[in-house]
This record gives sequence, C-alpha cells and structure tokens, in this order.
Amino acid sequence: MRLQKQKGVVNQLSSPAETTPVVDNVRDQVLAEVQANLGSVVVESLVKPGDDIWIRVSTQSWNESMRKLQAMGFDYFCFLSAIDWMPSPFGRGEDDPTEPAPERDTTIRPGYTGGETRMQLLVRLVNSRSFVGINVKTDVPNEVYTVDSIANVFAGANWHEREAHEMFGIGFIGHPDLRNMYLPSDFEGFPMRKDFPLLARMVKPWPGIVDVEPLPGGDADQEEAS
Amino acid sequence: MTILNDPVNAKLGDRAQLSYIASQAADARLNVELETEGMTLNIGPQHPATHGTLRIIARLDGEQVLWAEPSCGYMHRGYEKLTEVRSFPQVTSLINRIDWLGSFANEVPFILAAEKLMGVEAPPRAQWIRTILFELSRIANVSLFLGDLGVQLGAITPVFMAFRDREYVLNLIESATGGRFHPNFDRIGGLKDDLPAGWIDETKVVMKKLRNFCDEIESLLFGNEIFQSRTRGIGVIPRDVAMQYGLSGANLRASGVDWDLRRDQESPMAWNKVDFKVWTHPDGDSFARCWVRLQETREATKIVDQLLDGIPAGPVMAKVPKIIKVPEGEAWVSTENPLGEMGYYVVSRGDSGPFRVKIRSASFNNISITPWLLRGVYVPDIITILASLYFILGDIDR
Repeated sequence: MRLQKQKGVVNQLSSPAETTPVVDNVRDQVLAEVQANLGSVVVESLVKPGDDIWIRVSTQSWNESMRKLQAMGFDYFCFLSAIDWMPSPFGRGEDDPTEPAPERDTTIRPGYTGGETRMQLLVRLVNSRSFVGINVKTDVPNEVYTVDSIANVFAGANWHEREAHEMFGIGFIGHPDLRNMYLPSDFEGFPMRKDFPLLARMVKPWPGIVDVEPLPGGDADQEEAS
Repeated sequence: MTILNDPVNAKLGDRAQLSYIASQAADARLNVELETEGMTLNIGPQHPATHGTLRIIARLDGEQVLWAEPSCGYMHRGYEKLTEVRSFPQVTSLINRIDWLGSFANEVPFILAAEKLMGVEAPPRAQWIRTILFELSRIANVSLFLGDLGVQLGAITPVFMAFRDREYVLNLIESATGGRFHPNFDRIGGLKDDLPAGWIDETKVVMKKLRNFCDEIESLLFGNEIFQSRTRGIGVIPRDVAMQYGLSGANLRASGVDWDLRRDQESPMAWNKVDFKVWTHPDGDSFARCWVRLQETREATKIVDQLLDGIPAGPVMAKVPKIIKVPEGEAWVSTENPLGEMGYYVVSRGDSGPFRVKIRSASFNNISITPWLLRGVYVPDIITILASLYFILGDIDR
C-alpha cells in the first residue's frame, strides 16, 4: 500500500475562535458556593469564563479547606504540584560561556490569584457530579517551605506530595512517608527549583549559540563574488 | 529415646513409631499456631508484567501479601524540567515519549493548552483529523493491552493476534504522520500536513479488521473460564477509593463512575460531533477493568468510522505567527487518553517557552493505589492486578 499526499491544498486564514462567553453562570455559582463554605480563608479567587476557576486559600487552613471542599462534592483528586515563581537565574541555559553573564530580572511575580511567597502549592479537584474542576493554590512560607499534608484527606495526594518534596524541597507535616520517589536517596538539591541549573546545559554550551556555516551558493558566496 | 538418636538403624516397628511421632509433632505445630517467617519478594525491575521497569517489593506471609510497595524512578527523564528550556513547538517531541504506545494522544492536550493561552483555534478539518489520530492511537495502545493481558495469565495466542492487528493501525499512523511511534504531528494552530490520498478508505478497512480482533479476543480470552476465575472478584476498587486516588480512564469507569472527558467536557475536538457510548462496569474488579477497555476499543473503531464519514474540507492549519510567543497566563487542559486522564498545567510568561509545565499523567495516579490494593492478595494475583490496572512506565516516571 503506497499512499500519496494530496497536493494543492493551500492554507487559508483560520476561522476565528468562537467568542467565549463573557459571563459563566455555572462557574460563578460554583465559586459563590465555595466562598460561602470556606469563608474568609479564600484570599483571592478568579473565574475565567468558559475556562476554569482558581482560588487561593491561606496556608493555615490548607488541610481544613481541602476537607471542606471534599465534603462539598469536590471529591475527585486530580493532582498536586508546586510552582516556583522565581524566574530562573540561568535563563534557558542558552548563554555563551565566553560572554559575561547577562543581567536577569529575578523579581518574583506570582500568577493567577496572586501570592506573597516564592513557592506555591497547586491542587486540582473535580466535582464528581457536575464535573466542574477547581484549581486551589496556597502559599508555601519562604525559608521554611513547609505546609500541612493533605494525604489524610485525599489518599492519592501521598505520592504527589512525595514528588513535590524531593523536587521542590517542600516539607509536608503529617505525611506518613516522605521517601524519595525518583531520585537516589543521597541526592543533594531540589531539581525543580528554578535556581537548580539544568546540568546538561551547563557542562556543554548550547549548540544554538554557534552560527551555522553559510550554505554554499547562499548570500555569503554572492557577496564574495561581487 | 534410642529411635530418635539413631533413626536409620531403628527396627521396623520403631520406624512406624518414628513416623507416628513425626506426624504428631507436625500436627501439633500446625494446631498450636504455625510459626512462619515473613519473606520479602522482589518483582522487577525487569519483569514482563512491568511494562518497562517498575519494581515491586512485596512482603509475604506464605502466599499472601502483607504489604507491597512499588518503586519508581528507573525511567525518570525529568520532562517537567526539560520543558522549561525549550520553546513551545519543541516540547511536543519530548512529550511524545511519555506514553509511548499512544504517542499522538500525548501531544494533543499540550497543544490545546498552548492554543487556549494564545486564543487560537485549529480549523475544523484539523480538529477532526486530530480526533481520528487520537482514537487510532487509543486503538493501537489498548489492543496491545488486550494481547498482553493473555500473556500475563499464561495464554500466548492473544499477544500474537494483538501485534498482528496493531501493526495495521501503526501503518495508518505512519502513512499519515511519518512516524510509527512518535508522530510529532500536532502543531499549535493545526496539523503539520493533510491526510494522504486514499487514507480514508484504507482506514475503514482496518477498522473492520480491528472490530474482528475485538470479537476474537472477547470470545477467546474474556469467555475463557480460567481467565474469568483469575480476574473476577480480584483487586476490587470501590468507587470512593478510586475517586480519592484520582484513578482515571477505564480504571475509574470499571468502578461504576460514568465519567468520560470526551463526552463531559467542552474541548475543541470532534468528539461532540459523533455518537458513542461510554462503557462502565459496576464491579470494580480486574475483570471489569479489562472488559471496559475491550468495549472502549470497539467503540473507538466506531468513532473513527463516524468521523471519517463526516470529515469537513478546508485547511489544516490556522494562521499563526512563525515565531510562537504565548501570552502570559495559566491554562489546564486534559483529555481522555488511552491510559486515562492526561493533562498539562501550563504557565506562560509571555516567552517563547513555557515557564512551568505540570504533567499530570494517568498512570502515576493509577499506580499510586497499588500499596492499598495489593494488601492481602495472593502472589499470582499481583500480576493480574497490575496487568488490569494497565500502566506504561514512561507515563509514571515522566
């Protein structure tokens, strides 16, 4: 069987994306319910119509708010992870080692629903009846990097917290077993933190910085000839 | 006492007495309480049931598992860190390798997340072709599971049938995308290329073959008495536990949860244009998980057939800039992948590459239930339960 590619199909302008609804009644209502249930522990919240819900809860009430959300019907645990909001001091590891290191802006700028700390935890829960999801964030105190474990609320958070522990160096109070999941037990440092360099880009300069030789018959040849 | 000191030279009558004493002693030991010693059994990292290199350490009491703990990390490649030094179009070649049996399905949620942040939508034809290739990778992935299932229970025939029929699907994927295993075909704003001529008719023929394959497996394996007695009632996961651990895909639907992201979520794909049934099973045991997967494979062939009939004309690529810069924001997109819910939480800082990508892979959650699930089962059932949970190691370790 030999198949041939169709020819002569020219790309045209894309049909513009359907206009997203400006008001999302379902998600607004869900957020109102969440705020009514959790009370003042919800520091900030955001609804993007037709997209998703984000809330940020205070660090002290992390475990408690998970319990309340679970009781509300958000009983499907999707994932737990962390975000390091400090921009990487190494950029994307594409610097020329012979040049002086460029100045980089390392001010910490949090994402949706703000935040005061460098590290944030992120959990996604889904309501198993209406299938509406919610992203819950909380600040992880600087220097201490410790929060309460939610493994006693959602059993599935156990492994996710182990991963966040070894990758971001976040401690979880009350976690049954914070052994390393992927890394050797004597590994030093926390690889997913932004100030941990990607060693593959450090030991050998990024090949993209070297200018590729001009092709024969290209512009450079014509300049020489003229 | 002499017969005990010198049993070999004991007289015949003494020997009878000796055996009597020995049997009495054995009985007494059993009756009092058999003093057994626990044993640690190591399964893997190299074992046919591990689909890669998953190692399981099980503490046994006789034939029963006291506790079992999977040990991951033999294939950790650090994709989340690697995405941070790559541009958006480069990331797809990495994430192809997460679930290597259904590669195209890995690319789709990431591309959708990037498109969501950019406010771009792929043209209808691209959406339909994406959905077709997505379902083809599901068929390629799960048909191998159906064959592999037999091998792990000692039946060698189904795996040959699975490899034979999966090859037809891989050929289709190859002729459309150029890659048998790692297509890297999805682009922000559409697809790399249109379908080749004659592909649609060829696909319809293959889908018929795959439906035959499903029927064969159903009668050969699922109707088999040994298979049923090895899987029915083994490794039961109740609904609440499945939700807590975040199980997804067929594992969740086999516990009676009627939830399929293809149907229950708005997404710029063509699933809402076709009519298909979401299969569930109330039992939650190993058999239910395998059975739901079989039905899903057959359903996927029907989805492909319907999509092929209604595929719209038009371009396959939207107009997107040559150098892709994704505006600042955060987006979560997940799809119903062959192994379960696979999603990407993408944080962009207006750069050409992502700031942070959290890869939520299905197998990581699916396998995190094993310490709970394997407690108290018998040793041969470890293999059945792991097979029925169906994981790909690249999907656990990422």
